[in-house]
Amino acid sequence: MNRVPLEGKVLNENARLAQELRERFRQHQVLVVNLVSSPGSGKTTLLEKTLESLPPTERVAVLTGDLQTENDANRLKRYGFPVKQITTGTTCHLDARMIEKHIADWDLAKLDLLIIENVGNLVCPSSYDLGEAAKIVLLSVTEGEDKPLKYPSIFFKSELMVLTKTDLLPYVPFDVPMAVTNARRVHPEMEVVKVSCLTGNGLQEWLKWLEQRRQAFLAEIKPVAV
Amino acid sequence: MHEMGIANSILDGVASEVRRRPGSRPVKVGVRIGELAGIDPDALRFAFDALTLETELQGLELDIEYREPRSRCRDCSQEFVVRNFELQCPGCGGSNARVISGDELEFAYLEVEDDEPCAAGRKSPE
Repeated sequence: MNRVPLEGKVLNENARLAQELRERFRQHQVLVVNLVSSPGSGKTTLLEKTLESLPPTERVAVLTGDLQTENDANRLKRYGFPVKQITTGTTCHLDARMIEKHIADWDLAKLDLLIIENVGNLVCPSSYDLGEAAKIVLLSVTEGEDKPLKYPSIFFKSELMVLTKTDLLPYVPFDVPMAVTNARRVHPEMEVVKVSCLTGNGLQEWLKWLEQRRQAFLAEIKPVAV
Repeated sequence: MHEMGIANSILDGVASEVRRRPGSRPVKVGVRIGELAGIDPDALRFAFDALTLETELQGLELDIEYREPRSRCRDCSQEFVVRNFELQCPGCGGSNARVISGDELEFAYLEVEDDEPCAAGRKSPE
């Protein structure tokens, strides 16, 4: 019997491809964010409100993932920005290969922001790097405030937690400070934005976060962009 | 349930290592998985066995080293294992600790047997 050391990540191929994508996004100065949440937390609705608020001159595109149907893409196409649906069939997450395939005919030089809406799932998407600059996790107030502790991996890897459906707070026993405390137990630097897509509360804060993140991204890649 | 995909990637890794070692047969593959990687070890073992069943890799053993997340205190630099995300430092009692590891999903080792056994190694000590 002979034991040999094996090196490298198990998801080596995905990691390699994600790194290639990341390099391309940096070269073209496109901020890419990856939205992850449970099904029904409001990712598509947040995107609708986001696209609705942006002037048509903004250079934004969206990739939206689901197992089946073009429904989300159809909802998002109404705002005039480039949108593509990724249907994964039975796969419970997006991977780097799917991103590469679906951006193939987009000119990245014409984009400033690419938002990827992952498949609704708090577990699997956390393992797959898509070449994004930041992961963003959504948590709706109809879920439990202990979700960050139950599904720590995605909260550990996300920069921002968006608390959604805050208009329902008067009707549900959701403890906002506790949710934030739990998220920060897993990830002390976690930033938090509270949003209601129904009333519009917090949307400006969310858009401001995106803009500031883009500025930080541009500052970070400056040495690369000649 | 993405453990099937992970198991498949582990087998890809095994296959490419075996290609580099003609005449050897893989017996056991070791991987390191952090608690924060979001992988269920039982589901991974199930998927691994299902994928190897009735293939030339049937019987290949999967050894999972499941790692607890570790933290380092930013005040006193002590490192400690994190349980239930209680980040209070056992050294100084402060709460300024940061998780520093725990999302590993990586290969550790491969055990192989040579198909053409070395005669000397096979001799029983009579």
